[in-house]
Order: sequence, then structure tokens, then C-alpha cells
Amino acid sequence: MLKVEGISKKYKQFEIKNITFQANPGDYFMLLGPSGAGKSIILEVIAGLIKQDEGQIFVDDIEVSSLSISKRNVGLVFQDLAIFPNMSVAQNIGYPLRRKGIKKVEERRSIQQIAEKLTISHLLERNPISLSGGELQRVALARTLALEPKVLLLDEPLSAVDVQLRSGLMALLRNLNREGQTIVHVTHDYDEAISLGTNVAVVNNGSIVQTGSPVEVFRNPASEFVANFSGIKNFFQGTIQERTEHDLRCFFTGNIKLWLYAEDPVGEGFVSFSENSVAVSLEKPDSSAVNTFRGTIVDIFQQKHGFEIWVDVGIKIAALVTWESVERLELIPHKEVWVSIKANALRFIEKI
Amino acid sequence: MLNPFNQIIRINAIGQNFSWFRMVATLLGGIVLLFIISPILGLVLETPLESLFKTAGEKEVLDSIWLTIWVAMAATVLFAMLSIPLAYLLARYDFPLKRLVLGIIDLPVVIPHSAAGIALLGFMARDSILGKTSSAIGFGFVGTSAGIALAMAFVSVPFLINYAREGFSSVPERLEKAALNLGASPVRVFFTISLPLAWKSIVSGFIMMFARGMSEFGAVVIVAYHPMITPVLIFERFGAFGLKYARPVAVLFIGVCLLVFILVRLIARKEKKDA
Repeated sequence: MLKVEGISKKYKQFEIKNITFQANPGDYFMLLGPSGAGKSIILEVIAGLIKQDEGQIFVDDIEVSSLSISKRNVGLVFQDLAIFPNMSVAQNIGYPLRRKGIKKVEERRSIQQIAEKLTISHLLERNPISLSGGELQRVALARTLALEPKVLLLDEPLSAVDVQLRSGLMALLRNLNREGQTIVHVTHDYDEAISLGTNVAVVNNGSIVQTGSPVEVFRNPASEFVANFSGIKNFFQGTIQERTEHDLRCFFTGNIKLWLYAEDPVGEGFVSFSENSVAVSLEKPDSSAVNTFRGTIVDIFQQKHGFEIWVDVGIKIAALVTWESVERLELIPHKEVWVSIKANALRFIEKI
Repeated sequence: MLNPFNQIIRINAIGQNFSWFRMVATLLGGIVLLFIISPILGLVLETPLESLFKTAGEKEVLDSIWLTIWVAMAATVLFAMLSIPLAYLLARYDFPLKRLVLGIIDLPVVIPHSAAGIALLGFMARDSILGKTSSAIGFGFVGTSAGIALAMAFVSVPFLINYAREGFSSVPERLEKAALNLGASPVRVFFTISLPLAWKSIVSGFIMMFARGMSEFGAVVIVAYHPMITPVLIFERFGAFGLKYARPVAVLFIGVCLLVFILVRLIARKEKKDA
């Protein structure tokens, strides 16, 4: 377990203020925020690379804030990986094993085990200089896992990896977490946070602005920043079904069926769509949109351009409607309306 | 018909292949290279092979060469152990008066070596603190190989420190932090990460210090005329018998120096590969 309490630090041009969060055993904790928000500094303070000005850090209820870097037992995978160029892949992975005073044979076996788990056994004798970004990422991960850290800290672990290799690495991280590894993962990527995180903390300007499960955070953004960062208010968790003959996929969230296009396999995930893509009408529309629902207006908010209208159709859908339409259709709370969304406007994000 | 583009192309071609600046720079550089090579080459060519063999058989000459090599090596090894940690500190940490410390390290390079010798002589003479302490345990500096080693080290240690410092500076601090994060102690980080990655520069510094120590004359001649290192022997033969008798020793010593440096470099390269 990792508990961070009231960490503040001014560091070069960055500043983090009163950072407080807790990652329980088995959590996959996401720190999500734009670049320059101070996310990496939070990780470096936890690892002890930077000394905080204020606040405390606990690992399994032991205060580690005053311990030296090497005694904290939190493994940090750097964004630039920091692979030792003067050692082979095997020596890199074996580096943290040496301090435990284990025998050569055991060390060899441990290296082999970890390498197999991360599918890099064939690289063990290679020089790291000759490896690709994705391979290096796995070596860095293997090396940190050899430490058997209480908490694994990952700094943008997917940023240096090709798109094709991303899903493989994401599945790997998810499996590590399922095996019980507590992970704190820093990212600027909204999809990554939703896909992997069991908890999300949104970081902006050096502060945590909201914490919760991905659904809590993105469905009920506590601040304009969070709403804008995701950019999306229509955000639903559910399961996606098999492909139909027309290539459409059905996504179930509660009792509601949404039709959309997606390439991902059948399973859990999230669907999101922009408020702009939702049309509101008084009669059942005779349009091409496949997702058509009847519901009741529950809320109307004035926005910079027009109104944001929330319609309860079994799920609450947000639509952005112009001034003219609100007047012409006389949209007021409790009124019954139809909403329609084109299948193309819906985006599915797989839960890995 | 004359195509205007052709002309532009021709001008460009000349512009790429011919540059006045490059020609002048090459010419000037050639003069400097000649200036370095020709005296040494002349020295070698003017020395008859026969006298070279004769000199190589003289015990006095062989003893002096051997003495020069091992004392310079001992001074370099001893001061490497003392100054590599210092170089690391200078590369990694900022502290008050750091610039002053860097200036002090460069001091031996800028003062005349005869002056350095006189200063050292006062420092290690029998009535100094160092002299008294050492003679109490039956050990002296003036006129001994220990004194020669100190004189060599005094004028040559800045090379080692500066090279090593640059080597450590070029090691990314992130790698050291990563190693600490993986549970290694600072000592282990130094020996497994910092030192191996700075190794190339340290070896260069080591060779520079060794070379500078072997070739030192000014400081050594004041601290210890005897036992005689080769540079002092060359000077003595020149003073006593003239150019003709000094030449074979000089050629022999230059040859030995070249050989030793090639050897040290090869050993360093092999060690690096094995590591």
C-alpha cells in the first residue's frame, strides 16, 4: 500500500501542491494530466529522487519520507528507461538481485523467470544498445520487477512504444496488476487511464483535482478542467457484443443498447460520444441515426454556445443544443423528447 | 545555347569543392604538424643505429629508464586512487568555493616546474613537518624515488583529475538514480555504473598523467638529481659530453615512451572488453 499525504515541492519551474492519495494493495492507480502538470515529480518524490518540502509518504504503513532512495522498496520505471548501457540485458535485470546476497544459480533462475514472464528470454545476452523501444521498455520493467517492489511506479510507460506493441504491453501491465502488483502509472493519455486504471487521479497545475474510479471521474467531472481534459460527458461502462451482419456492434449499458462500429473483441469497455453529436427532437426522428431513444429532459445548463441538455432515456445523455432550437422546440425540464446519435459518433474503449 | 541554370550549377560545384578557408587552414595545420614531427624525426635519423645498440646495453641507461617507468606508474596509480573520488565529487556536486578548488587543481600546470620543484623541496625537506615525520620512521623524500614520485605527481595529477571529472560529468545522473532505486548502495552504484561508464576518460587521464610524469624534468631535477631518471640523465649527458652523447639516450627513451603508451592503451581496451 502506498499513502501519500500532503506532498508539496517546488522544483525548477515546476511545483506540486498538497498531493494526497492512497493506492491500496492491488490497485492500478492512474495519475492523469497534461504534460507539465507535475506528474513525474510526484513519482520522483515517492521514489526519493527528489526531497519534498512538505508531506509524508507511507509504504505499507512505514514512513519512508526520510529513508534513502535504495531503502524505500518502490520500483520506478523511468520515462527514458535508464537502462545501463555497460551491461547486458541479463545483467540489467539481475542488478537488483545482487544486493539480496542470493547465489549465482538462483540469480540466473530468477532472471530467466522474469524474462519469460515478459517474453524477453531471447534477448538476455544482447547489448541493450541494439534493442527497440518496446524491447527496452520490457527490459526496464523486468529489471524493476526483479526488485519485487511493494509499489511499481511507471512514468509514461507506453509513450516510447509503437502503436502495434501498445496493446501487448498494456495487457502485460494489467496481468501484473491482476497478480497483485500495486501500480501507480503516470500518463497524459485519457484512453490509457480508462483502459487500465482501477482508480484515477486527475492532476493539473501540480494539484490533484479529482480522484475516483474512471467512471466516477469522467461521468461526473468535478471541475471544468477534468471535463475539458476528457472533453466528453457521455461516458458509459458496459459490454460489447458480437458483430452483426451489417458490421454494427451492440453495446449494453444497463438496459440500454447502443449501436456502434468497433474492432475490439467482445468484452468489457466504455463508450463515449460528444455532446455535439446528439440531436434532440420532439417527434421520433425519421433519420439515418441508428441510436434513437425517447426520454425526459432532466437538466438544462446554459453554455457559452447554446444549452447543454441532459435527457434521461434509461441512461443520462448530454446534448448540446442551440438557442434557437431551445426556443423553437420549447425545451424545458420534464418535457418528453427524442434523442438520436449516429453509430459513427460513438467510440468504444476496451477495458484491458 | 547558353542555359542560365548551367552557370548556377557550375558556380555551386566550384563552391562545394573549393574553399579558400579550408586550403589556408590545411596549410597552416601542415606547418604545425611538420614542426612537431621534423625535430623528432631528425633526432632519430641523426642517431646511428650502432650507438643506439651500445647505449641500450649500458646499465646506467637501462636503470634510469626502468626507474622512470615504475616511479611514474607508482605515482599515477597512487594518485589515481586519491583523485578519482575527488573527480567524482567535482562532477556531481556543487559546493561553496568549487571554482576555487578547480583553480587550485589547475595550478601545477601554470606554474614553472622548476618553481614547483623548489616548493616541493621545502615541503619535504628534513626540517619540514613531512620530512620530520617520515625520517622518524626511517623514510626520506629528498634524493629518493619517493621524492621523484611526488614531484612527478605534483605536475601531472591535474590531467587525471580533469579527464576523470569530464568522464563522470558525461555519465547521466539518471542512471545512478535508477541504480539507487534498484536498491544498490552508493558505493555499488559508483563501482558498477559511474566508474565503468566514465572508464574511457579515466584511462585517457591515467595515460596523460603517466606520460606527463615520465617526461617530467624540471621539478624532479630539483627534488632528486639522484637516483637518476632518464630525462635527468639526458640532461646530464648533454651537459657533460654534448649533443652527440645525449642523442642515443633521448631516442631510446622516446621509443620506450611510445611503446609503453601503446601497451597501456591496449591493456585498458582489453580490460574494458572483459568487464
